[in-house]
Amino acid sequence: MTAAVAIEGLEVVFDRFRALKGVSLEVREGESYGLVGESGSGKSTLLRAITGLAPVASGTITVNGKALGKTRDKAFYRDVQMVFQDPYGSLHPRQTVDRLLQEPLAIHGIADGEKRIERALDEVGLGKGFRFRYAHQLSGGQRQRVAIARALILEPSILLLDEPTSALDASVQAEVLNLLEEVRRRHKLTFLMVSHDLAIITHMCERLMVMQNGDAVETLTASQLIGHRVSEDYTRNLLRASEGFVRTA
Amino acid sequence: MSAEAIQSRREWLLSDRPASRVQARLGRAYVAWRRFSANRLALVGLLIILALMVVAALAGVLAPYSATVGDLKNARLLAPSAEHWFGTDDLGRDIYSRIVYGSRWTLYVVILVAIIAAPIGLLVGTVAGYAGGWTDTILMRITDIFLAFPKLVLALAFVAALGPGIENAVLAIAITSWPPYARIARAETLTVRNSDYIKAVQLMGASSFRIVLRHIMPLCISSLIIRVTLDMAGIILTAAGLGFLGLGAQPPLPEWGAMIASGRRFILDQWWVAAAPGAAILIVSLGFNLLGDGLRDALDPRSGDQ
Amino acid sequence: MSDTLLEVDDLRVTFPTRTGLVQAVRGVSFSLGRERLGIVGESGSGKSQTGRAIMGLTPPQAEVSAKKLAFGGIELLSISSRQRRSLRGNRIAMILQDPKYSLDPVMTIGRQIVETLRTHEKVSKADARERALAMLQAVQIRDPARVFDLYPHEVSGGMGQRAMIAMMLITGPELMIADEPTSALDVTVQLDVLKILDKLVAERGMGLIFISHDLRLVSSFCDRVVVMYAGKVVEQIKASELRDAQHPYTRGLLNCMPRIGFERHPLPVLDRKPEWAA
Repeated sequence: MTAAVAIEGLEVVFDRFRALKGVSLEVREGESYGLVGESGSGKSTLLRAITGLAPVASGTITVNGKALGKTRDKAFYRDVQMVFQDPYGSLHPRQTVDRLLQEPLAIHGIADGEKRIERALDEVGLGKGFRFRYAHQLSGGQRQRVAIARALILEPSILLLDEPTSALDASVQAEVLNLLEEVRRRHKLTFLMVSHDLAIITHMCERLMVMQNGDAVETLTASQLIGHRVSEDYTRNLLRASEGFVRTA
Repeated sequence: MSAEAIQSRREWLLSDRPASRVQARLGRAYVAWRRFSANRLALVGLLIILALMVVAALAGVLAPYSATVGDLKNARLLAPSAEHWFGTDDLGRDIYSRIVYGSRWTLYVVILVAIIAAPIGLLVGTVAGYAGGWTDTILMRITDIFLAFPKLVLALAFVAALGPGIENAVLAIAITSWPPYARIARAETLTVRNSDYIKAVQLMGASSFRIVLRHIMPLCISSLIIRVTLDMAGIILTAAGLGFLGLGAQPPLPEWGAMIASGRRFILDQWWVAAAPGAAILIVSLGFNLLGDGLRDALDPRSGDQ
Repeated sequence: MSDTLLEVDDLRVTFPTRTGLVQAVRGVSFSLGRERLGIVGESGSGKSQTGRAIMGLTPPQAEVSAKKLAFGGIELLSISSRQRRSLRGNRIAMILQDPKYSLDPVMTIGRQIVETLRTHEKVSKADARERALAMLQAVQIRDPARVFDLYPHEVSGGMGQRAMIAMMLITGPELMIADEPTSALDVTVQLDVLKILDKLVAERGMGLIFISHDLRLVSSFCDRVVVMYAGKVVEQIKASELRDAQHPYTRGLLNCMPRIGFERHPLPVLDRKPEWAA
């Protein structure tokens, strides 16, 4: 079994701020891997470093056995796609859904565009009626579905998910999480998912890494977490917090 | 068309679920038009500009006399009358005819300047804003140098170097009016450059060229259109100013600024020679300003549901 | 708790839009004693507009009407805007989601608290400072004197929200409206802030309206929960009895969130029925 994503001693520095302080992890092919942490933990930075959006100061990133250099080539983006947190910000305000989905196909010179767009829309449960709408004519959940369709249209093997449901209502969140699980099963995708919510990560992922202040705290399997078999206090705090408010006294 | 047909067409345009690319685009344009047409003054502006275009197109039909050849013997400096609506000038030419033909030159100047200056500004601004770093510094310092000169003075210098004439005046105005557009385009680019939707396109492997051309420029265009329209009045005035100084259109071209210049000598006794082209400049400038204001309300990318 | 602090009967908030009138709140009724009441709903359910209408912060173009909107016997809709203003911040206080937007960025935290106090009470500057420091201490800020002189951008989100609570509580209000007070905070900080809020509300015997999208959080914090959908109250229930909620919307909301230790694939989703909104 090879690693879909392998990261060794990754360090990311913005100006002088060390956002990631030497993090290593390995995501197996077909696995769903979660990154949990609070704001400033560096979990989103890690995703951005993989895609080339954050400057790597040191360390190596290997995707599907290929070590990544400073720049990413077109082939990389056919393997790795990302879904952003804010569905209101990740769709171009002046483009129809059709145009949004056409863009990746045009960039990569893929011919059977019509069919792919229709299939992608069907797959995320939107159907043809949504094809010529603008982003402002869609609800938050629908926008996130379009973003997922856009990520899937290049048929990547790895999907990076940056808090894909944190801006959505709980009921819509459930729908989007179900959709993500479904497309993962159908396309045998590898997920690397970031969230601040332990419950979502344990629901979606087989293994996870808890992060704090740019460092890895510990790596767990979902079942270890469910059984509260954790070794670090910080993880225990997070677990307690996710259970809601408990009145003492 | 029956009321029902109009109603159903409106529904088709305002549909939340357009069925084709054309419908989506038309619907969008219709929403912008509704917002624009709700503004009465903007409609007045649009009407003035349309009238200018019609007059320019039909100048040959509308003008009763020649614009360049006058009747020196019988018709010098006549006051406005039924025969010569706006009177005649010192060479016996009918001022009304000259103004009608002059509209062509006004449009010529305005359109050429817009075609030259706006794309230069758009290109410089978006490239500087998106690339950042050294490219940005160099491009923006060049822009600053151009901005540091008063517009008319710089235009004068260019005309002096290139020689007088309306083509050179246009060129000079275009060269001096792109820097503000570059500024606007850059500011707009900086606000969208780090947005997720631009990052999403980067993550599809799009080249920088493609991102600037297809994703950033369309977002800058509406604010640029607004600014260019509002600047039109200034451009007309600069062109008129150059004409007035004798550095723009050369006689006997019926350019409005040059007409005022030649009427200046008789301004106390034969006021109409200068007043008529002055009023024409005033009305057209006002038209562009009203239109620009209306466009700002209709196209502003920051206003909600665009 | 017998004494009623707030009575809301048939509250409606209507917004004029391009396409006609839109009712954001469509006949909401509830009453509040000295207790913690949660208002829960998804975006667009009208929960925030309900809070704002009670506070008197509805945007000017919107229209508020109610058969009764009484606070401590005062009919809020019939008093002058000046009287309304003097109630606001003095006897009714509100905490908003993000302290970054509700604290004045160009004034130190301490000065903002002092100003708030001095607009509602006649106290000397020295006394006001003393009380502000005590209040900062009460919201468990470890070094009140230092935080007193900081500007809002110099403190973390959690600290800012505590300062906000301190500012709102300094005048000793009887009713506190908290609109998503912890949604912008990290989970661990969230609990600290809630603990502080809980303690102060209990100590001072205030009424609290806690507005949130998070049904589970609200039910663990409040005594009673009002569930809103499409501008209406679909269910009012004791927090302890939430498990036995009757309305399918409430049950759906509770069910659809993933929970640690309860494996459900796929997650149950809400099947929205048009009659819920009717």
